[in-house]
Amino acid sequence: MAELIAASLKLGFLALTWLFIAFAANVIRTDIWGRKVAATSPELASAGATPAPVKRKKRGALQRLVVTEGRQAGLRLPLDGVLQIGRSRDSTLVIDDDYASAQHAQVFEDSSGRWLIEDLHSTNGTYVNNVRIEAPTPVSATDEVRIGRTHIRLER
Amino acid sequence: MSAAANETVVVYRKRRNVELAMVLFAVALGLGGWALTNLNLYGTIPTDWPIVVAIWVALGVATHALVRWKLPYADPLLLPCVLLLNGLGLAMIHRIDQIPEPIRHDARTQLIWTVLGMVLFGLTVVFLGDHRRLQRFPYLLFLAGLALLLLPLVPGLGREQYGSRIWIRFLGYSFQPAEVAKIVLAIAFAAYLVEKREVLALAGWRFGGIGFPRMRDLGPIAIMWVASLAVLVYENDLGTSLLFFGLFVMMLYVATERVGWAILGVLLTLVGGWGAFTFAGHVRVRVSAWLHPFEDFDQNLQIISAQFGYAWGGLTGRGWGLGRPGLTPLAKSDFIAAAIGEELGILGLMAVIMVFALIIARGLRMALAAHDPFGKLLAAGLSFVFALQVFAIIGGVTRLLPLTGLTTPFMSQGGSSLIANWVIIAILLVISQMARRPVRTSTPADGDTGDQITVRADDLTQVIA
Repeated sequence: MAELIAASLKLGFLALTWLFIAFAANVIRTDIWGRKVAATSPELASAGATPAPVKRKKRGALQRLVVTEGRQAGLRLPLDGVLQIGRSRDSTLVIDDDYASAQHAQVFEDSSGRWLIEDLHSTNGTYVNNVRIEAPTPVSATDEVRIGRTHIRLER
Repeated sequence: MSAAANETVVVYRKRRNVELAMVLFAVALGLGGWALTNLNLYGTIPTDWPIVVAIWVALGVATHALVRWKLPYADPLLLPCVLLLNGLGLAMIHRIDQIPEPIRHDARTQLIWTVLGMVLFGLTVVFLGDHRRLQRFPYLLFLAGLALLLLPLVPGLGREQYGSRIWIRFLGYSFQPAEVAKIVLAIAFAAYLVEKREVLALAGWRFGGIGFPRMRDLGPIAIMWVASLAVLVYENDLGTSLLFFGLFVMMLYVATERVGWAILGVLLTLVGGWGAFTFAGHVRVRVSAWLHPFEDFDQNLQIISAQFGYAWGGLTGRGWGLGRPGLTPLAKSDFIAAAIGEELGILGLMAVIMVFALIIARGLRMALAAHDPFGKLLAAGLSFVFALQVFAIIGGVTRLLPLTGLTTPFMSQGGSSLIANWVIIAILLVISQMARRPVRTSTPADGDTGDQITVRADDLTQVIA
């Protein structure tokens, strides 16, 4: 009798272990399909890299992007979400500059509230204070960003 | 653009409740192994069972809560799989503790190491935030990793044990620095290759339709080869040596998509292996134990008793506590897979291998889903080094390969390996959070300044609304 119990416990344990694997496989299966949310859903805004719109900007935080030199000198854009910069028509900041790539760079905010610029494998590179950047680089109000012949600053 | 209001986008599910359920299931299986051991050996469950159950459930729920708090979009399967392996490992160490007279309490020490591993897991999750931070110092990390790898060779610090010189002794504690070096070097390789992959991928000559690299680009692979040989020759450790060289060659291949690097890596491994077989005695011993174990019973006692264990365990095993895994030397550390095979049978061992495979598959899935090249390479490298380690040790214990003294991740007794693997899982979870969370990108159409939101999910989850 005791042997029978031991054997059934043994088989039960093995069955449960394989059940765990079956559940895991099911999790993988259901993970293939995402979930639909409305494009305007607040979850999107709060979950991603950008803070929720209701969150007030800290005092002294960077507010806008300004083109200081180049054909579009004087152009201003509010800093919000991810700003795509390039010659392509669907960029957030479309720059008219022969030395810029179609998708040249993007500016975004990280989780700690810093603004970073990332080069999107452009031909002529993105420079921060005349140094060509390789990785996403933090930009403050005192830094000078250059893309082709266009100079850009972030302002408070 | 009136359509913008009704537009829908597809995002990954968070699936944190699924994770919680799976965590509880995994925790219950670990506790089940512990309870069955006691039931089968003593006919009763120890009176301190509420404490044991409370500790293990609390640890599982705490790690889950941390992920829910800091990484809400992270992969839901990694944590339950890791907790299952860790729990089964603890239960098996507890079971082997019962064999000697008087009984030992190694499982308790291992539990303390598990808690330490979980604390480091938590610190990594909380303070890393974005894995791209690790990209900054490739050369420094490379030097640090090499130094860690070769640290046991420093006289006075390194210590020889079971014929291998891979431990260091410091303030009364012994530690295997190679386990930490594994993480450091994977990060360094990923950062270096992201910078250099164009040169390594494009420059070179072609022979028979396969591209081969230029001589002057061979520096890094030569350094890794020499370092791996140094580990093999001076530290007497076949496994570590293979692990690091394999990691580097594989990451080179992933970064450059060039078969030439893989061919070169295999050739260098063959040359190194042949040299080691000819000149290093312990490698010859390992190979003869693999091919002809029964010719020298005393020398190959360990591998022979592991084989007998599998045979006696059969399909469904003897049951927790009813086998004799204590006959195999080092059953708790290197040969824990043999103990699992004896008491849980081939069905149980296959289940354990499947769980390892799930972890590796999810890691590689993250490499596919990650948006940045560094994250891709790092996730692929960490998953691959994990896979190689599991393959080498379980392959060695089941006599598919020559035995290499590596640890079975999350199961073997030993703190360094446990801690290092928890940190690897933390880094993988951070990468998966970055890959799976919805990203908002503003792309105003012509003349339209209204915010239109698109979501970058990877190709598998993309649905055209």
